[in-house]
Amino acid sequence: MEIYWLLGIPLTGSIFLGLWGSRRHAPEINAAFGLLTLLAAAFLTFRIIDQGPMIVGAGWFFIDSFNVFLVTLTAFVAFTTALFSRPYMRIEAEHGKLNTQRLRLYHSSYQIFIGAMLLALTTNNMGILWVAMEAATLATVLLVSLYRTPASLEAAWKYFILCGVGIALALFGTILLYFAAEKILGSGGTALLWTHLNDVKAQLEPTVMQLAFVFLLVGYGTKIGLAPLHSWLPDAHAEGPTPVSAVLSGLLLNVALYAVIRSKVLVDGALGNNMAGSLMMGFGLLSVVLATLLIRRQTDVKRMFAYSSIEHMGLITFAFGMGGAVANFAALLHMTLHSLTKSAIFFTVGHATQKTGTQLMTDIRGLIKTNPTLGWGLMLGTVAILGMPPFGVFASEFLIITTAMHEQPWATPLLLLALGVAFASIFGKVQPMVFGETELPKLPYQPALTPVFLHLGLVLMLGLYIPPYLAVWYRQAAQLLGG
Amino acid sequence: MTSTGVLLQLAQTLLAILLAPILMGWVNQCRAWLQGRSAPPLTQPYRTLRKLFHKDAVIAHHASPLFRFAPYMIFACMALAAGIVPTLANDLPFSPAADVIALVGIFALARVFLALAAMDIGTAFGSLGARREMLVSFLAEPALLMVFFTASLISHSTELPVIVETLALRQFAIYPSLAFAAVAFWMVSVAENARIPVDNPGTHLELTMIHEAMILEYSARHLALIEWAVALKLFTYSALGIALFLPWGIAPQGNPGALPLALAAMILKLLIGGAALALIETVSAKLRLFRVPEFLATAFLLAVLGMLIHFLLEA
Amino acid sequence: MHPAYHLQLINLLAALLLLISFAMLAQRRVAGLITLFAWQGTALAASTALVAWSTGQHHLYYSAAITLTLKVIAMPWYFYRIVKKLDVNRVVEPMINIPTTMLIGIVLVIFSFNLALPISEMSGTVMRSTLGIALATVLLAFLMMITRTKAIPQVIGFLAMENGLFFAATSATYGMPLVVELGVALDVLVAVFVLGIFIFQIRETFDSLDLKHMEKLKER
Repeated sequence: MEIYWLLGIPLTGSIFLGLWGSRRHAPEINAAFGLLTLLAAAFLTFRIIDQGPMIVGAGWFFIDSFNVFLVTLTAFVAFTTALFSRPYMRIEAEHGKLNTQRLRLYHSSYQIFIGAMLLALTTNNMGILWVAMEAATLATVLLVSLYRTPASLEAAWKYFILCGVGIALALFGTILLYFAAEKILGSGGTALLWTHLNDVKAQLEPTVMQLAFVFLLVGYGTKIGLAPLHSWLPDAHAEGPTPVSAVLSGLLLNVALYAVIRSKVLVDGALGNNMAGSLMMGFGLLSVVLATLLIRRQTDVKRMFAYSSIEHMGLITFAFGMGGAVANFAALLHMTLHSLTKSAIFFTVGHATQKTGTQLMTDIRGLIKTNPTLGWGLMLGTVAILGMPPFGVFASEFLIITTAMHEQPWATPLLLLALGVAFASIFGKVQPMVFGETELPKLPYQPALTPVFLHLGLVLMLGLYIPPYLAVWYRQAAQLLGG
Repeated sequence: MTSTGVLLQLAQTLLAILLAPILMGWVNQCRAWLQGRSAPPLTQPYRTLRKLFHKDAVIAHHASPLFRFAPYMIFACMALAAGIVPTLANDLPFSPAADVIALVGIFALARVFLALAAMDIGTAFGSLGARREMLVSFLAEPALLMVFFTASLISHSTELPVIVETLALRQFAIYPSLAFAAVAFWMVSVAENARIPVDNPGTHLELTMIHEAMILEYSARHLALIEWAVALKLFTYSALGIALFLPWGIAPQGNPGALPLALAAMILKLLIGGAALALIETVSAKLRLFRVPEFLATAFLLAVLGMLIHFLLEA
Repeated sequence: MHPAYHLQLINLLAALLLLISFAMLAQRRVAGLITLFAWQGTALAASTALVAWSTGQHHLYYSAAITLTLKVIAMPWYFYRIVKKLDVNRVVEPMINIPTTMLIGIVLVIFSFNLALPISEMSGTVMRSTLGIALATVLLAFLMMITRTKAIPQVIGFLAMENGLFFAATSATYGMPLVVELGVALDVLVAVFVLGIFIFQIRETFDSLDLKHMEKLKER
C-alpha cells in the first residue's frame, strides 16, 4: 500500500502545485509534499525491514533492500532540498531572476521529477524504468533553463540532446533485453519484469545480453555522467538553480546508476564472466581520471563541484564493477554519503553565490568573516567530500581503495593519484573562499542551513558508527548484487 | 540462330532507330503542354533531321579527320546499343552480346569520341563542354555500373536477357533493392542524357551548357547524326529502364505471337515514361554546376544502398 | 495476398525507411525535413500495421495508430507551425558537406547491417532481417543530429532516432509490451512539447535558432 502513497504523493503534489503554485505559500506546500513522501518512504522501509523483499501490484513493483535504501535516500534528500529551496528561491525571486509563473513551473516540475525517480527505483519493469528515467530528464530540462539566460538555455539544450541520445541507446539496450527475454519468458508484459528475468538469467542468450549491456551502460552512463559522455553535467549543474543542481547530483545520478546495476545483475547471470564489471571499471576509472584533471581548471564553483560529482560517480561505478561483497558494500555506502554531502555543499554554495552575485571562485572570499555558519558549512562539506576522516566518505573510499589493491592492483595508483589531485585542487580553491579577506556585507537574511548541518551530521555519524540495522541492510543489498 | 530471330533482331533495331526521334518529339510535346505553350508536332525532330541532311556541311579549316568521323561512330555506337537492349523480344541473336558491362563500354566509347571531336577544333566552348561532360560521366558511370550490379545480383548474371527473364517471366516478387536502383538509374539517365536538372538541352547559355557546348561546331549531316544519336541514347536509356524495372509484357523466347502485345506495351510504357520525364523537367530547376557532383554522388549512394539492401533482405 | 508478399512489402517499406533517412541527411531546408519526417512516420506506421495484419499480433495495430497520430499528423503539424511562426525555413548548409555525410552514412549502414546480423539470425520474427535497417536508421539519425547546427533539425534527428528504435523493436520482437510502448510514446510527446517551448525560449534569448551562438559553455 505504501508504494502507492509513495508514488501518488509527488504526482498529486505536481498537479496541485501546477494549478496553485504561484501562490505565496507554494514553497511551503512543496516542502510539505516532500515531507509526506518521506513519511511514505519511511513506512515502506519499515515494512521491508520487517517482512523482507516484496512484489506489489501484480508484479509491477518490486522492492528489496537495494532499492528501498535508495528510495529512502531519494525521499530524504528531496525533502531537505525542498526545505532549502523555500528561502533560496524566494530570494532569487526578490533578486528579480524569477517571476511567479516560473516558480510555479519550478515547483510542479520538481515534484514530477521526484515522482519519476521514485517510479524508476520501485518499478519491476525494465521498460517502465526507461520511461521513468526519460520522464525525470524531461522534468529537469525546463528546470535547468529556468533563468532563461543564454548560458542556461545552452546548458539545457545540451542536457536534453546528449541525454536524449543516451537514453535512446538505453532504449535499444532494453529492446535487446526484451528480445533475449522473450525467447524464454514468452512475449507480453511479463518478459521485462526484473524478478522474472532474474529467475531465468542463466538461460538468457549471452551474445544478445552482452550487446544489450553495452547499450544500457553507455545509455544510462550518459546520465550518470560517465566520461566521455559527461559534458552535459557540469553545464546543467552550473547554469540551473542551485536546488536543481543539488537533486541532479545527489539523486538523478544515483538513479541512473541503479538502472545500470540492475542490468548488470542480469548480464552477469547470463554471461557467467565479468565482462560487465570490466566495462564498468573501465568507464568508472576513465571518469575519475578525466574529472580530476578538469577540476583543476575550473573557475566556477558549481562547475567544480559538478566535476567532483563525475569523479565520485566514476569511483562508485568502478567499485560496483569490481563486484564482491566488500566492494558492493563500499559502493552503496559511498552512494549514500556522496548524495548527502554533495547536496549539502550545493546548498552552501548556493547561498554563497547569492551573497556575492557571482559563481566565480576568485570573487567569493571570506565567507567565515561575514557568515560564519555558511563558511563552516562549506568548509566541512568540502573536507567531507574530499574523504577526510572522521567523515563517512573516508570510510567508503578507504574500503574501495583497499579492495582495489586486492582485486585490481593496476588501478590503485591511478585512483590514489586522482584522489590526491582532486584533494589539492578543491581544497586549494575552497580555502580562500572561506578564509580570505572580504569587504562584502553580511547576508541580509538568514541562510537555510538546517539541511546542510543535518546532512553533514549524518555523514559524520556514518563515518564514526554505522547503526547495526543499516549495516545489515547494506550487506543484504550488497549480497543481492552478487556479493 | 533462326531466320526469324535475325529478322526480329533487325526489326527491333530499325524500330528503335525510327522511334527514337518520335520519343524525343513526344517529350518536347509534353513539355510544351505542361508549360502552357503550343506544342510542336510529334514529327518535329524528323523535320529538323531532314532539314539538316539537306544542308551543306561547314567544317573548320583545321579540323582533323576525327572530327568528320566522330558523328558516324557515335551514331553507330548508339544504334548498336539500341539493338542489344531487349525492347520487344527477349531472346535475339545479339543477346549474348547484351552484357550490361559491354553496354556501359559502348556508351563510354561514344562519349570519348564526342569529347575528342569537341576538343579537336580547339575552341574554348568545345573544350569547356568536353571537360564538363567528362566530369559528369566520370561520376555517372560508376553509379550506372552499381545499378546494373544490383540487378545482376538478383538474377546472378550480367546479361540483360537473363536479367529481364528473371524479373519479367518468373514469379512476381518485390525487390526493395530494385526500388533504390531505379531511383539511382533515373538520376544517372538524367545526367547522361543532358536533361534538366543536370543540363538543359534547350539552351545555349555558355555558363551552364554541357552537351550543347560540345556540338557547337557541327552542322548539316554531322549535326543531324549527332542529334539522332542523342535521341537514340534517350530511347536506349528508356528501354533499359523499362527492361530492368518494368519488364512485364516483353515477348518471351521463341514466341512471335506475343509480339503485338509487346509492341503495344512498349509504346505505352514509353509514352508514360516520356510524359513523366517532361513533368519532372518542368517542375525541377536546373542545378548549379557544382551541385552536379552531389547529385551524382547521391545516385551512386542509392545504387550502393540497393546492393547492401539486397544482401540484407534478399540474399 | 500470399504471406510471401506481405514480407516483401514489409521489406520494401523498410528499405523506404532507410531511403528517407538518407534523404533527411541530404535535405537542406527545415520544411523539407519535416515533410520527410512525416513520410518516415507513414512508412513506419504502414509497416507496423502490415506486420500486425500478417502475423496476427494485434497490439501492433495500436502502435501503428499511435505512430500515425503522433508522428505523421500531430508532430509535423506542430513543427510546421513553429517554422511558420519563427520564419526559419531557409537553406542551411550542414557542418560537413552533404556527399561526405552520405559516404559516412554508407559506412554506418554497413556497420549496422553487420552488427545486426547475429541478432537477426536468432530472432523468430518474419521480418527479422530488417533489424539491420532499423539500426541503420538510428545511426543515420544520430549522424544527422551531429552534422546539424540548428535546433529544429536536431529535434527531428532525435525523433527519427526514436522511429528507428521503434522499428527495431517491431522487427526483432514484434514490438515491446504495450505498456512500455505507451510510456515511450508519452515520453516522446512530452519531449516534443517541452522542446517546442524551448525553441521559443531560444529564439527569444538569442534572436536565432542557430546553435552556433551556443558555444559559451566549453572547457577552456
